[in-house]
Amino acid sequence: MMSLKGKMQDFKILRGEGDEAGLKDFSIELDEGMVVLDCVHRIQHEQQPDMAVRWNCKAGKCGSCSAEINGRPRLMCMTRMSDVVAETPEGKPIEIRPMKAFPHVKDLVTDVSWNYEVAQRIKPINGPEEMNWEFNQMEADRVQQFRECIECFLCVNTCHVLRDHALFDDFAGPRNLVRLAQYEMHPLDIEDRVPEIKKEFGIEYCNITRCCTEVCPAGIQITDDAIIQLKERVVDRYYDPLQRIWRTITRQKVRY
Amino acid sequence: MTEEYKKYEYDVIVIGAGGAGLRAAIESARTGAKTAIITKSLLGKAHTVMAEGGCAAALQNADPRDGWKVHFHDTMKGSKWLADWRMAEFHAKEAPDRVRELEQWGAVFDRTPQNTINQRNFGGHTFPRLAHVGDATGLELIRTLQERGIHEGIDIFMEYTVRHLLKEGDRVTGCVAYTRVDGDFHAFSAKSIVLATGGITRCWSVCSGSWEYTGDGHALALWSGAELRDMEFVQFHPTGMVWPPSVRGILVTEGVRGEGGRLTNSEGERFMFNYVPEMFAGDHAETIEESDQWVEEVVSGKLATVRRPPELLTRDVVAKAINSEVKAGRGSPHGGAFLNISHRGEEAILKKLPSMHHQFKELAGVDISKEPMEVGPTAHYVMGGVRVNAETQESNVPGLYACGEVASGLHGANRLGGNSLSDLITFGKRAGEYAAKRAKDLAQPTIDEAQVQSAIEVMLAPLQRTEGENPGKIYDEMRDMMQAKVGIIRTKEEMEEAMEDLKSFDERQATCFPGTSRKYNSGWHQALDLKNMVDISTAATLAALTREESRGGHTRDDFPGEIEEWGKILNIIYMEDGVIKVRQEPVEEMREDLKGAIKEVKAMIAERAAEQEGSEK
Repeated sequence: MMSLKGKMQDFKILRGEGDEAGLKDFSIELDEGMVVLDCVHRIQHEQQPDMAVRWNCKAGKCGSCSAEINGRPRLMCMTRMSDVVAETPEGKPIEIRPMKAFPHVKDLVTDVSWNYEVAQRIKPINGPEEMNWEFNQMEADRVQQFRECIECFLCVNTCHVLRDHALFDDFAGPRNLVRLAQYEMHPLDIEDRVPEIKKEFGIEYCNITRCCTEVCPAGIQITDDAIIQLKERVVDRYYDPLQRIWRTITRQKVRY
Repeated sequence: MTEEYKKYEYDVIVIGAGGAGLRAAIESARTGAKTAIITKSLLGKAHTVMAEGGCAAALQNADPRDGWKVHFHDTMKGSKWLADWRMAEFHAKEAPDRVRELEQWGAVFDRTPQNTINQRNFGGHTFPRLAHVGDATGLELIRTLQERGIHEGIDIFMEYTVRHLLKEGDRVTGCVAYTRVDGDFHAFSAKSIVLATGGITRCWSVCSGSWEYTGDGHALALWSGAELRDMEFVQFHPTGMVWPPSVRGILVTEGVRGEGGRLTNSEGERFMFNYVPEMFAGDHAETIEESDQWVEEVVSGKLATVRRPPELLTRDVVAKAINSEVKAGRGSPHGGAFLNISHRGEEAILKKLPSMHHQFKELAGVDISKEPMEVGPTAHYVMGGVRVNAETQESNVPGLYACGEVASGLHGANRLGGNSLSDLITFGKRAGEYAAKRAKDLAQPTIDEAQVQSAIEVMLAPLQRTEGENPGKIYDEMRDMMQAKVGIIRTKEEMEEAMEDLKSFDERQATCFPGTSRKYNSGWHQALDLKNMVDISTAATLAALTREESRGGHTRDDFPGEIEEWGKILNIIYMEDGVIKVRQEPVEEMREDLKGAIKEVKAMIAERAAEQEGSEK
């Protein structure tokens, strides 16, 4: 790892709230092995105690410190300064902004409550009443990937449907589609969520640009393993004529 | 001038939304009590997400020889016999059903070949006992409880920090909180309050805790007249990251050792073989060959026929061993020990320890599937906390309950890895159940205007100053002081200095200046946390000064070794006229049938050791 000890580094960080929010200049001395969040903390502790930043674990496990560093959505606690310094043109400041897709609160903090409201509308798991469920590791593997989500909402922040088109009322966003996938693919879950996935959660808005997958710090294959799988379930239910005929013949009742 | 605030009424208020708080709120709401959670973070971000290794419960899936008696024995022995045996009994008996229940709520634990919940080995547990999901079990636990909790009709107040408990006579009647986002105030009337605020390890500069670990619940309890116990016992986890400096303290799961990780010093020696305490003599492998055979058997899913590696001794033992090696000049380049798991191969490491692999790669530039990690002790957990009734989790203040890390009793002088997550769900459930039960027979308390206004006054004080120190500076210096003077190895002189230092930190916190903005002012929040940290650091230091012996998570350089009499004594911390005080109480004699259970397990372990020695000869 490149040593940055003693280097003076300039930053531009979004400060303030409402119309008065703007990029402000800061400068600090770096230490070895710092991550971006360390720099923000140093600015807080040495210069600006009232700077707002959300963080908890500082180990990439809680997903609180999402921000846009040099325009790229990342976790501040898992972004090494050696990498950011390397990607920033010599003499230029490193720019840190809050996530753009969510309502701004102050400084680096945004209001992410929408994600929690959507989660509330998703039907929970529905499995056997008896304890000691049995399923094998291969079945577990399919779902465990989705459960690695740390709810940093970087995927939501990056999704065009939300970031550029603001369809917050019509689309559940990648994080909550992952949650839906996690339930739908649980080996013992019997709940049917397909009509909601099509209608209120608006899966068809996703046009598979894979931006969400690209920014996921947990490495979840959001597009391929969650969203496309859910899209297929919707297609099977609503658009496959053979499936419809088969369901009529076998008198299988499903919701539309 | 009186400040405006909003009023609310609830049967049960749970403070904290980690594993214990969520489990308590779910139980309370299920019984029909009107329940709210107040959390100073967003939902699902609490420190529980950082738990890695697993959740201990004698499910008997991975090894049928396990059972509640063995788990009870291991917990008591690990606690150096100071745990509340009633809590240890409830815990050992109830944890399995709490884990199975999580599975029904959507948790997807790693599986055995028989399609049941798999269990891994951990320090101090006689058999493989920890239900786990790779090395991210805490995330699984909190997400499961969160996803269940939001459908139970619980009101959730996110980013609200409780700063004051309301009282009426002896009993607790509510609480006052500020919001982090807007800096406005809220008063809650509650028939029962459950503290589930986690721990205090942010008081040390090298720690594995998140920013939240400022001892809020410990302080709220102390200020409102509740007693704390065991505050001298702070668990320094043996394996935190040591390099680079910015990540110093971040946890490296014990699961690495459970999966066969080897600790070596700068001379390449497996030094743990030299540190087996008498109490554990005969329980652990005596040769490298025996250790390796154990790992091989366990990894391939067989029942172990030999004894486990000494790397899996309890956390206090391993932490002190690493400390001694470093002191003796046999440390790693950055002052730790080497922990190597690379012999397990990349595939197994990516499956079993994915987040460790990621963490070292991203933060330290180390590929743990090819090279050793550098690790050293980090303040990880406080065994001490609010003294509670084992059955109900109620403190000595009527209506005030505590569960999880903020409570005490289950872990005595040292907690076994994996016993924390099981603690959260076992006693979270109990706290929620009994808090709701109490609320049934009570009228809604009225909110005392005067108490609320004086609480608000205290909260606003830092913002009304015009100058003063940056609270962040005081915070950093206080943590460095605690690390240096009340750390893993303690002496009378240093701790007496610490007591003096804490007085001056107390004065400094009362004059710090975080700026004047109420809106998401991180410095203001920190300024208010400083008072908790001063008082709780004082409580921990006072208890540590008093206990003149070394036991579990409390090591005195001037009093090395356990002293028998101290094994029968608890330190109780309380506040009287604003002064933090300590007194001693005897440990209650264990019930006869439980003594019998301990004897039974000891005989079983001795038999295994004898068999092993026989086969070696």
